[in-house]
Amino acid sequence: MEILSNSIREIHEKLKKKEMSALELTDFFMDEIKSKDKDIKAFLSNDFSEAKKQAEKVDLAIKNGNEISMLSGIPAAIKDNILIDGIKATASSKILENYVAPYDATVILKLKKQDSVFLGKTNMDEFAMGSSTENSAFFKTKNPNDLSRVPGGSSGGSAAAVASNQCVFALGSDTGGSIRQPASFCGVVGLKPTYGAVSRYGLIAMASSLDQIGPLTKTVDDARVVFESIKGKDKKDATSVMYPEKLQEKGLKDLKIGIPKEYFIEGMDKKVEDVIKNEIKKMEDAGAKIEEIDLPHTKDALSVYYVIMPAEVSSNMARYDGIKYGFSTHKSDSEDLLSVYLNSRAEGIGPEVKKRMMLGTYVLSAGYYDAYYKRAQQVRTKITEDFKKAFSKVDIIATPTTPTTAFSFGEKTEDPLAMYLADIFTVPINLAGVPAISVPCGKINNMPVGLQFIAPWFCEETLFKAGEDYEKLIS
Amino acid sequence: MIDEDQVKHIASLARLKVSDDEIGKLSKDLSAVLDYVKELNKVDVSDVSPTLNASSSENVFRDDDEPDKQDAELAKKLIDSAPENEDGYIKVKSIL
Repeated sequence: MEILSNSIREIHEKLKKKEMSALELTDFFMDEIKSKDKDIKAFLSNDFSEAKKQAEKVDLAIKNGNEISMLSGIPAAIKDNILIDGIKATASSKILENYVAPYDATVILKLKKQDSVFLGKTNMDEFAMGSSTENSAFFKTKNPNDLSRVPGGSSGGSAAAVASNQCVFALGSDTGGSIRQPASFCGVVGLKPTYGAVSRYGLIAMASSLDQIGPLTKTVDDARVVFESIKGKDKKDATSVMYPEKLQEKGLKDLKIGIPKEYFIEGMDKKVEDVIKNEIKKMEDAGAKIEEIDLPHTKDALSVYYVIMPAEVSSNMARYDGIKYGFSTHKSDSEDLLSVYLNSRAEGIGPEVKKRMMLGTYVLSAGYYDAYYKRAQQVRTKITEDFKKAFSKVDIIATPTTPTTAFSFGEKTEDPLAMYLADIFTVPINLAGVPAISVPCGKINNMPVGLQFIAPWFCEETLFKAGEDYEKLIS
Repeated sequence: MIDEDQVKHIASLARLKVSDDEIGKLSKDLSAVLDYVKELNKVDVSDVSPTLNASSSENVFRDDDEPDKQDAELAKKLIDSAPENEDGYIKVKSIL
């Protein structure tokens, strides 16, 4: 069907001109899910009757001649750590297996105001901890390009759903690469907005100084449309800020693009390096000014991340105690309060999450705080300063999103560090809080490669302009 | 190096129950990660202030006014999500 190659703006026009109804659109994607998702397994749950109701509401508005919003009737998939009132939100964890969200996340409220259609909740690594979606407590999601490979993670279900055309767009969350890395592995666009640009109210927290919600889409312009709809200050998230409106007129050919040599490291796939270098050459030929830059603390970023992230995880995970909500042994075998905590957590929380809680507890414990946590926070400042310096010289930075293409199931589950290295090019961006987008830029043996653009704080529009021009360049 | 006794101690601080099978693996995995992050000791951080807040905002206040009605309904829903509740309170096992 033609709709698969349409952008959100094009679908919006078709709905307005009544070339297609919102219900037909939703029906089409529901059929796609029914036929494809038994193999790909991107979704944890679907609520088709509610989706139909949402679509009918949009059709009624169109019939009555009312204005409709850009995302009205547009079918979306939502990562399962984002709350939709009355719908299960498991974060792919046993401890939330039967948890029904009691309110809407702010991003969901914003999409509901536009009458978007929610097709379902997508699979992820448990509590967003992982880079392959293999840590889901329920099942593995497959990469639509090759079913023997992982979709990446932690927003693997969202990336796979967009890549296999089971929705028009999806929402994910990105703490160290969890939107961009699966976008790169599956061959779709993924945006990690500036820290504070999008409210996290109603996002199940992982590491609060790093988490951001963002879109996974088929095109850069679609990512812009979704981002514009979800951004903004929210009194329910004190870290959210008023998004400064900045005009960005410069296209790709007018930009000075920085290439950090620290992102072309030993150990990365030579073929990925070649693809990225070739794409940079194309941008140069199109008129962009290419400049080699230094981000000297890049090599420390993963170490900083593996101190700060688990520290914040250990604090955020304290709420799952079998007392307030979620899986609990309160009414069964536990005889005292401590055993309710211990048994509820032992049964409900998976191994990777436990490991990070332990690691975080250790680095925050008495006697170790200065050596680990404080030092990591100091090196984090150095990483942020690297970006500040770089952006005084260049408008935007281009790097590979990941050091390899999607790997096979089980390939990295045994060695704890091998899996963590999959995020080596995405983690520094979260530590500095800058925005970045991954755009598909080629394939190696049929597996997609992602090109990552990084812009200064609140310069998402620079990413969109550059990304769009790049898409035109290679189309 | 995190030995098995330390694993048990950390687990008790984190309110986690770890089985004997898990202790060995955790000792190995935690040691591997801590060994990796040791690289941070090589970075010169003298006179560098730590990033305490990733956002540029400071002291974000809300208005000190009446909570809206929706908040009261939500509070009830939240209490109802607990395994056991009584008279608007969450009930836990006896503490003393």
